Amino acid sequence: MKPFLSSLFLVLGLIAGPAFASATNEAALAEDPVAEKRLQELSKELRCLVCQNETIADSNAELAVDLRREIRGMIRDGRSDNEILDFMVTRYGDFVLYRPPVKGITLLLWIGPLALLLIGILAMRSYLKRRSTQVANASRPLSADETRRAETLLKEMNDK
Amino acid sequence: MNRYFWVLGAFIALVVLLAVGLSLNPREVPSPLVGKPAPAFRLAVLGQDGQTMGPEDLKGKVWLLNVWASWCVSCRQEHPVLVDFARRGNGTPIVGLNYKELRGDGAIDMRRVPAEQEVPLALERASGWLKTHGDPYLLTVMDIDGRVGIDYGVYGVPETYVIDKTGIIRMKHTGPVSPQILNDKILPLVAELNK
Repeated sequence: MKPFLSSLFLVLGLIAGPAFASATNEAALAEDPVAEKRLQELSKELRCLVCQNETIADSNAELAVDLRREIRGMIRDGRSDNEILDFMVTRYGDFVLYRPPVKGITLLLWIGPLALLLIGILAMRSYLKRRSTQVANASRPLSADETRRAETLLKEMNDK
Repeated sequence: MNRYFWVLGAFIALVVLLAVGLSLNPREVPSPLVGKPAPAFRLAVLGQDGQTMGPEDLKGKVWLLNVWASWCVSCRQEHPVLVDFARRGNGTPIVGLNYKELRGDGAIDMRRVPAEQEVPLALERASGWLKTHGDPYLLTVMDIDGRVGIDYGVYGVPETYVIDKTGIIRMKHTGPVSPQILNDKILPLVAELNK
């Protein structure tokens, strides 16, 4: 009974936790839905540097909360999306952007996967070409000479 | 034979790539602030009523800015290194930036702290911590709400900045300063900047 109860509480806690966490967000949302929508869109573009694989929108880390507050303030001050993203980049670098700008140092990041795909396609093409000539060679009818040799070999076997 | 050579080559290249990737520290994000002027601030000085301090007060000096908080566990690990650095007394001032003394502490429920008590409580905790662990700082300024921290791109306490005579940030170190980092990186840089 006990393990059942504790697992029940665990499940309840897991469900209830996020519900409580979003309560404050909803309060702010009710105040100014347009600004809050922009905040959501912007913070989806930004990486939380504490947890690194979460966006500022998803993260509940201290810093993400602070940065959302900061962005909210800038939206209220009428700053543009680009100005807000610039604010973040001058402090935390390109790493804060989930879509880093295309420039020298990020070139490999942007074209790397494409280049690998291209190499893969080329390698596959040359492999298929080589294979098709092999198959063509294999299925070519035997020459008169080869037929004679095959017959002698078969005969030898039968004689044994 | 040639084909196996290629497969083996590709495999080795992949292993090398992954090995390099694994040995990198994902926490070490290059700071865009290096080479830029230290962001301005004016904050209350810990233990000196009514006094404030900003980076321009130290123009003409090479100095360190060290971000710390009493709740920060790695700060405790780094602290003896800073105390030792200050005791050796090569004249390089360290300014402490106390970052979110109360608000950053996950153990404190800020809704239970009355607004007017936040600053006195933060000051008390910060000075208590310095009394216990030693005070290597020329002075400590209080960043109660973490705003200055955002300007400095702080994302993991402790962080240390080396700032030159003209107020330009020359180096940023994220995480505790080890004796090795101090001797191999910070001290040579400070010596060079002091020339």
